[in-house]
Amino acid sequence: MLTRRRFLQSTVLATVGLVIEFRLEHRPATAADAVLQPNAFVRIAPDNTVTIISKHIEMGEGTYTGLATILAEELDADWSQIRVESAPADAERYNNLAFGPVQGTGGSSAMANSWDQLRRAGATARAMLVEAAAREWGVPASEITVERGVVSHAPSGRRATFGELASKAAALTPPAQVTLKDPKDFKLVGTRLPRLDGRTKTDGTAQYTMDFSLPGMLTAVIARPPRFGATVKSFDAVAARRVKGVTHVVQVPSGVAVVATGFWAARKGRDALRVTWDESRAERRGTDELLATYRTLAGQPGRAVRRDGDADAVLARAARVVEAVYEFPYLAHAPMEPLDAVVRIGSDGCDLWAGSQIQTIDQHVVAQVLGLAPNKVRVHTLLAGGSFGRRGTPDGDVAGEAAAIAKAIGGDKPVKLVWTREDDIQGGKYRPLYVHRLRGGLDAQGEIVGWENRIVGQSIAAGTAFEAMLVKDGVDVTSVEGAANVPYAIPNVTVELHTTKVGVPVHFWRSVGSTHTAYATETFLDELAHAAGKDPLAVRRALLAQKPRHLGALNLAAERARWGDPLPAGRARGIAVHESFNSVVAEVAEVSLRPDGMPKVERVVCAVDCGTAINPDVVRAQLEGGIGYGLAAALWSEITLVDGRVQQRNFDRYRPLRINEMPAIDVHIVPSGAAPTGVGEPGTPPIAPAVANALFHLNGQRVRRLPFARLAAAGTRTS
Amino acid sequence: MVTIRINGTAQSVDVDGDVPLLWVLRDELRLTGTKYGCGVAQCGACTVHIDGRAARSCVAPAAAVAGREVVTIEGVAGDVARAVQDAWRRLDVAQCGYCQSGQIMSAIALLSEIRRPSDADIDTAMGGNVCRCATYARIRAAIHDAAQAIGR
Repeated sequence: MLTRRRFLQSTVLATVGLVIEFRLEHRPATAADAVLQPNAFVRIAPDNTVTIISKHIEMGEGTYTGLATILAEELDADWSQIRVESAPADAERYNNLAFGPVQGTGGSSAMANSWDQLRRAGATARAMLVEAAAREWGVPASEITVERGVVSHAPSGRRATFGELASKAAALTPPAQVTLKDPKDFKLVGTRLPRLDGRTKTDGTAQYTMDFSLPGMLTAVIARPPRFGATVKSFDAVAARRVKGVTHVVQVPSGVAVVATGFWAARKGRDALRVTWDESRAERRGTDELLATYRTLAGQPGRAVRRDGDADAVLARAARVVEAVYEFPYLAHAPMEPLDAVVRIGSDGCDLWAGSQIQTIDQHVVAQVLGLAPNKVRVHTLLAGGSFGRRGTPDGDVAGEAAAIAKAIGGDKPVKLVWTREDDIQGGKYRPLYVHRLRGGLDAQGEIVGWENRIVGQSIAAGTAFEAMLVKDGVDVTSVEGAANVPYAIPNVTVELHTTKVGVPVHFWRSVGSTHTAYATETFLDELAHAAGKDPLAVRRALLAQKPRHLGALNLAAERARWGDPLPAGRARGIAVHESFNSVVAEVAEVSLRPDGMPKVERVVCAVDCGTAINPDVVRAQLEGGIGYGLAAALWSEITLVDGRVQQRNFDRYRPLRINEMPAIDVHIVPSGAAPTGVGEPGTPPIAPAVANALFHLNGQRVRRLPFARLAAAGTRTS
Repeated sequence: MVTIRINGTAQSVDVDGDVPLLWVLRDELRLTGTKYGCGVAQCGACTVHIDGRAARSCVAPAAAVAGREVVTIEGVAGDVARAVQDAWRRLDVAQCGYCQSGQIMSAIALLSEIRRPSDADIDTAMGGNVCRCATYARIRAAIHDAAQAIGR
């Protein structure tokens, strides 16, 4: 990780085009210390290490490995010499090109927005090494080759490592133009390189925010309101302060923080704390009331998002009309590492250590809390133990809370804020509750002639820092993505939206709008196919004739799943295809029934078109994981509220997927020479509808309210 | 003051007996490879070996492990541990990696007891370890892979 001084040094030197850095700062520079850093993304040291600076967080999706592969490819580095470190927060140098002037990771965009940038960064460094060798050896640069970290001149037999050339290359001016490789010459991209974090994540040494500590650091937990929107009226900290190890009890905007020498004391202190809450402005509605309101709205016209032809008129005279209402619960992200952040206030600003998904927002929020200029907040991005969207908030909630606590206790001690698992499950920022009402019309030949989709739910972006980017003409694009662009060639399509206002905080959740739109559209299309007496794959193929990427993924999945071949008794297949984050994924689920009525997913065949697969094994892992994450939600997950109170607290009732429920998954990658598109999220949307479509063939039921757990033996669950 | 043998060394820590072993390891001894995930023995991220058996350290009071042999991810050794960690790396099981210490501790305990576990054995032994990245298919494959490596 860059030290602050080195970072400032880099910033200053970067303005003259080439950064020369010194490995040991307190030692005078010598030629041997010179490091080649032709741009913000790579550093080549005399010890022959190549350090790639990642502007994106590693939260499990393999970003470090993928970004390093892109750069190492054009550099012709050897994989064994590659290291990765996280970039300091910097909206100018390290912004996500898909986001604008914001550094952040989301929308499955890490590879897509870095592809060209890091290829150029690697090619630039390579060109400088070649030029340095050419000058040193007095040979034409055109005769020099580079392979696996070694620069060679065949005619003279001379060769040198990157490390040996680094200091000489550092004295050169980076070329203005570089030539990128022809993809047919790729040696690393497209191969199965081992993940760079595989070792530390198997020996206990990988460092997450939860593991980070500083001398004198205290640990804080926050007593949070029992209902969303409630605030602290008063609190009695006498008993809490008596708990051994508790050092401070302080009020912060989100509740009352109990600060102690360690986590256990802080938690015991919080248990002993008595808080009286002002609930006059709290949200008191429960899931049942919200669903009743949403169902009513779904029966009324909403704001038009798409209108092709006249679906209403066509549906009025269709030979057959099918109608369905789908209901989706609030969902918590529940990453394995509970939310956390470490803040240290110093005389020259503040340091934040966090698994930050949007570093420059967290930086600004902390700066605001502490009354500092944003550049006085140094963000150190650590590995995150999962996120699924939760660590990338428009209000920098976790970092801001940590800063508020550090300030409230006097600013002289570093503080680690920990959300307990209960805080995480009950703390909001959920995938919103949604209701979809679909109507579809068939003509006498069974062709789909009209499609109407009315969507009801909260906007994720409205009223947040994301509003300008994501809300267009009053429509939050994340509310309708996957539905407004339903890919099927249907002549009359209407998509409408009702945006509701509820005091339950909502947020992006792995694949965002597609978490519900894919289910509604893909199960409904299946239902229409069934009503027409047609094969659901054949119907999709016919309606996707003009969508080659959809068709490619669909056909590959169907072929590998042997769609149409007979299955053993008690098994059925279901299929779904969906585009999200510019990738298209088709999944075929093979399902049986458990004695309690729940589906058991035996096998999933998945096909993905994600453009160039930078690391096919990481792509497969992301699709496997996306399927497992989506399957957990489909089978088990829901956050329910009664009288405004969240009913789930931990993994006992917010049930995750367990190993016995994980299907065998075969992932197939559609060959493509296009630039890479997303893989972190696109695996998630198709699994629930694929399972639902299979389940129908087993029990004749169309599941229209998620999760499927509601199917399990009657009497064991209530709403 | 509680004395626990951790990774082969007797460690005396000044904590009340009700403090869970997890927080003794993490906050007192800075052995942070053992993770906090749920605090109520629902996720397995805190799995360690107590007297050779997989146990959830988040619900094991320090007093209850006094004088017993605790092994954490930092202290695992031997053929089985090596085979498991190697298999995990060969198959690139980890994604976010946060649960993997616990997964590996459960897998080592399983393979120490059953050299050739069936899928059902794996379901039983690993059912308490949650992975939100859903790396389960690779965990299963890695356990089978490690079993084969040990047998060779």
